[in-house]
Amino acid sequence: MPLSWLHTTDFQQLIDVLRDRGHRVIGPQVADGAVVYRDLADASDLPTGWLDEQDGGLYRLRYDPQAGTFDHVVGPHSLKNFLFPPRETFETWSRTPNGWLQTTPAYEPEQLAVIGVRGCDLAALAIQDRVFLGGDSIDVRYQARREKLFVVAVNCRRAAATCFCHSMGCGPAVGPGFDIALTEVGDRFAIEATTDAGIAVLADLAGRLSLPLLTADEVAAVRQVPETLREAMQARRPEEGTPRPRSLDTENIRNLLFDNLAHPRWAEVADRCLSCANCTLVCPTCFCSSVGEVTDLTGDEVSRERHWASCFTLEHSQMHGANARPTTASRYRQWLTHKLAGWIDQFGTSGCTGCGRCITWCPVGIDITEEVAAIREMPTSSPS
Amino acid sequence: MTAPPRIESPPRPCIHTPAPEPLAVGRDAWHHHVTRIVAARDEVAGVRTYDLAFRDPAAAASYTFAPGQFNMLYLPGIGEAAISISSDPLKRASVGHTVKAVGNVTHALERLGVGDEVVLRGPFGTAWPLDELQGRDVLIVTGGVGLASVRAAILQIIAARHDYGRVSVLFGAKTPAGLIYASEYDAWRAAGIDVRLTVDEADGDWTGRVGLVTALFDDLDLDAAATGLTCCGPEPMMLAVVRRASAAGIPSAAMYVSMERNMSCAARLCGLCQFGPEFICRDGPVFSYDRLAKFLDIKHL
Repeated sequence: MPLSWLHTTDFQQLIDVLRDRGHRVIGPQVADGAVVYRDLADASDLPTGWLDEQDGGLYRLRYDPQAGTFDHVVGPHSLKNFLFPPRETFETWSRTPNGWLQTTPAYEPEQLAVIGVRGCDLAALAIQDRVFLGGDSIDVRYQARREKLFVVAVNCRRAAATCFCHSMGCGPAVGPGFDIALTEVGDRFAIEATTDAGIAVLADLAGRLSLPLLTADEVAAVRQVPETLREAMQARRPEEGTPRPRSLDTENIRNLLFDNLAHPRWAEVADRCLSCANCTLVCPTCFCSSVGEVTDLTGDEVSRERHWASCFTLEHSQMHGANARPTTASRYRQWLTHKLAGWIDQFGTSGCTGCGRCITWCPVGIDITEEVAAIREMPTSSPS
Repeated sequence: MTAPPRIESPPRPCIHTPAPEPLAVGRDAWHHHVTRIVAARDEVAGVRTYDLAFRDPAAAASYTFAPGQFNMLYLPGIGEAAISISSDPLKRASVGHTVKAVGNVTHALERLGVGDEVVLRGPFGTAWPLDELQGRDVLIVTGGVGLASVRAAILQIIAARHDYGRVSVLFGAKTPAGLIYASEYDAWRAAGIDVRLTVDEADGDWTGRVGLVTALFDDLDLDAAATGLTCCGPEPMMLAVVRRASAAGIPSAAMYVSMERNMSCAARLCGLCQFGPEFICRDGPVFSYDRLAKFLDIKHL
């Protein structure tokens, strides 16, 4: 589908089309000092002019009248918050005279449209698809939500110092998997659709206002926007500037990490790690969960609530009589090696998209790229 | 099962493409069957066996399992626990679970009796490699309630006893009162299984061996190259057994262990049961030792 121009002042029309087509529209907004995902009724609620400064343990918003609508990068929320909600009742049971009966109502999730999804988070979506839908047993509630999801992606033209999607191969240009993609240029968006749903939304939009097509030169310039950023990210050097720009050398990373499970660095990082689980909460791919039983006073009515779990908690590895990972060192090692190594065995992909959230939202600024670099610099055994 | 090849990291680290349509073909991870306890018997103090029969005849007809696999047993309002299947896989009227009361769910199970309902999901996981072990001598080494996981294998071997060489069960318990299935040992021996017992602490009536299960290796007349080992018990015990078996010359490629970790979904969706790159619920619980060797040596993995 060819690219068209959507003027910034017409963005409300896109929101209205999505709402008229039955979507609950979610978009980035400034709230509580961060850019977060919330219900988006009005285009004026978008974080136009807001930039996020990010570094280890640091997130600050700064207003810049020159900044565009999507020049912030990623905040603490991701698609995970909607497709794999932090808490969810997934089964209900009733004790009847004839025994236990599952009474779970049929699940009809909302039709969500999420605006502002970046390349890293589209990759995270593809990764979570593999986790929840790729095996013999699937999460049917994730599936129901996923099938109704409409994604309005955005090509980044700015990166935070914590961003390293270029290292992970999933940004800053958005990959496949979106319905509509936007690239901000001046006071206009280049808008394109790849799916039937996206094409239908653009057709509705074209019925409301004129969407002039881009010229061939304009298309080339639009394609260059994320490419220019990627080249700039690749050219960054750690010693340049504060905060330090991140990158991650992924060469043979699976074997490097599994060959260094006894590396002293794990104990060293444990001296700083608070085991607070923030990194797993903001990670767009972390998928651990456990189940709690919620009963009424009689015990006859039971709800089962799945909630996010974190490998940084003792509960995660608790067995009767013993805990499999009683130390912070063992729990940090589990998180990092799963994300960057075990995931490759399990799902054929890294679990890391280079979004940098775990660096930003770590209260003590532990940096996944720095930890891998430290092990790579001085491995206890060289990977074969 | 052999050691997996070392996995190369993909050149492009992140999968960038969405899952192919249709998105999923798997079944609901929480798919369950309601069962009823049709028999419950005390094995030893604190350990009971529950035979569960399916409420739905279609489920009863279609349910099969292989020795070494496990079920998730769910008590609504209490919780769910992974329990290995201990009954004869050829006897399809009910499915047996030998349970030691150690936690929330297992203590609640203790209060149930014949006629009470238990919700079952399963079977899950890998099985003992009984096909691969055909024609070989089989050494089954277990401790405590670990014998429950291999009882189904013992019964399957007995049903096809001529397919195997010499079969020995080395079983260790803390005390003589902890020797589960004690009433069955004679029948197993009569069926051609060499059953050897040891306890950590003897009591007045005990005339058998005292000591670790590894000490039972001393009396064996092993044809090491022709022997396959299956081992189920606490991790330190399994490590000691594997080392003792290695010293006896049993090839590591012929050793199998059964692992345990915290578990919730049993369908590799909840992430709790990871051990290195493995999901115990799907890649295990039964693993070839070679596959895990590198990781079993790592503390707190």
